[in-house]
Amino acid sequence: MEIFGVPSALLGSQLLVGLINGSFYAILSLGLAIIFGLLNIINFTHGAQYMMGAFVAWIALNKLGINYWVALLFAPIVIGALGVLIERTMLRKLYKLDHLYGLLLTFGLALIFEGIFRDQYGISGQSYPVPELLQGGVNLGFMFLPIYRGWVVVAALTVCFATWFVIEKTKLGAYLRAGTENPQIVQALGINVPLLITFTYGFGVALAAFAGVLAAPVYQVSPLMGSNLIIVVFAVVVIGGMGSIMGSILTGLGLGLIEGLTRVFYPEASAVVVFVIMVIVLLVRPAGLFGKA
Amino acid sequence: MNNTNSMFARATPILFGALFLIGLVAPFAVYPTFLMKILCFGLFACAFNLLLGFAGLLSFGHAAFLGSAGYVCGMLVRDVGVTPELGIIGGTLAAGALGWVVGVLAIRRTGIYFAMITLALSQMVYFVVLQWKATGGEDGLQGVPRGHLFGVIDLSNNIAMYYLVFAVFCIGFFIIYRAIHSPFGQILKAIRENEPRAISLGYDVAKFKLLAFVLSAALAGMAGATKTLVFQLASLTDVHWHMSGEVVLMTLLGGLGTVLGPLVGAATIVSLQSELADSVGSWVTVIMGVIFVVCVLLFRRGIVGELQALIQRAGIR
Repeated sequence: MEIFGVPSALLGSQLLVGLINGSFYAILSLGLAIIFGLLNIINFTHGAQYMMGAFVAWIALNKLGINYWVALLFAPIVIGALGVLIERTMLRKLYKLDHLYGLLLTFGLALIFEGIFRDQYGISGQSYPVPELLQGGVNLGFMFLPIYRGWVVVAALTVCFATWFVIEKTKLGAYLRAGTENPQIVQALGINVPLLITFTYGFGVALAAFAGVLAAPVYQVSPLMGSNLIIVVFAVVVIGGMGSIMGSILTGLGLGLIEGLTRVFYPEASAVVVFVIMVIVLLVRPAGLFGKA
Repeated sequence: MNNTNSMFARATPILFGALFLIGLVAPFAVYPTFLMKILCFGLFACAFNLLLGFAGLLSFGHAAFLGSAGYVCGMLVRDVGVTPELGIIGGTLAAGALGWVVGVLAIRRTGIYFAMITLALSQMVYFVVLQWKATGGEDGLQGVPRGHLFGVIDLSNNIAMYYLVFAVFCIGFFIIYRAIHSPFGQILKAIRENEPRAISLGYDVAKFKLLAFVLSAALAGMAGATKTLVFQLASLTDVHWHMSGEVVLMTLLGGLGTVLGPLVGAATIVSLQSELADSVGSWVTVIMGVIFVVCVLLFRRGIVGELQALIQRAGIR
């Protein structure tokens, strides 16, 4: 079976890879958007925190015998707690300054984390086995679907939509949105805004770590896995604009799919297609697809 | 205040004259290649500082200009066979042109978005350099000859090469110094301090930002092209985002928005790296990160900024 002169199995598997990448873009840009909304900081450490999520899972499995399912909860908690510590001891001191200092601080932290893991584990990747329950695959007729890859998409999207639900439909989310609009007034109404900020940063970081655990069996667990990804995610964020939660999710998924399609039809461009789209969006709609001007 | 300012004004020519003399005799006291590296990165950081320190625009993609100019210069000199000075000019122009393209796109957004756009576009340049055959991919551009300056002076002599690098640095530094102390520089500062007010005063802010960006990119390219001749190599590390971060660090450490800060920062970082490279290996990245964090949290004025503040305090007393 062929579609546009391309075997459907190839098209299907590349679209699946695109969907997986898109899920990671979505979950990471979602975390960036939430953090940016309340802290006005672009968290450059996000990629390193994603990488550390994967490494915590790997270390937990190999040194402590903690399995994948526990790690899925354990790694985000560990990395989220580290994030809380970073926010309390460092980021907090920068809120009154130019936002660019937040970017520079988190860039420095990213270098530190990346350097430590590179010293410990080198640049070659470690492999993380697919959990037993999700091994194997199913034949869908037009393509072969490895179960784990399907699970990654489902799990990532579930977490994304749960986050969307909490922010848009619950009281906690209402505080968060109000804090994004006007922290002074929210503070005056008796809500502990500094605590809300700490919690938000910890949660955004935990999302990155969760994505890292999901990614561990798909990609190699390597110290550089985050920094290569995060720059693409920045482009995704510029394309989508950080104004809308749903916008971040949809942009991430859409770009992942487009990247997958590019890999089928014009592989040479697949590394840069997201950046090219960013250029076009900047020319046509500078505020981003979902951004407020 | 006025008193100390005029003190600075009187001290400046003396300070620059002294530094110029030190620059002239330095290669007889210190290993010339090391000095050339400092001067190349110093010019790179000064060019970057023009943008961040004076126009308030944080570009996280300046490696693209340093690197692409290096590749253009290398290809011109090695594959086309032009003389080194034409190679440097060619690299500078190429970086300026690339700066215009990136600048036009990036100034459509401000602040954090500006930084992310420049980073993303420079990553695109990185992929192009990586995949294009003419640039040598992973290997980079190797065996670039230094050639003969104006077809006469043999640059394979390290001392001759040093004086070329020193001249390039002085030209670049002079251009930046003039730009900062001109009405153009004042307008850039006005944009940095209060963009809406600058607009309401009738300045075409976008035009000035773009001009500053192109100038900064071209001078970064001048540094990159010269660096390629010095090391006879254009490599992927020059276009990598780590390099973009490094120039931010040099500028921040030396003193953001000060005239000499970036040079001091570049000298410090380059010395530190060559000092540490043998002893700590891959911990260099960690140490760079720690310096970054310390600078942002405790030392935002940088070395030169702190010194100036110290002198100013002493002057008031």
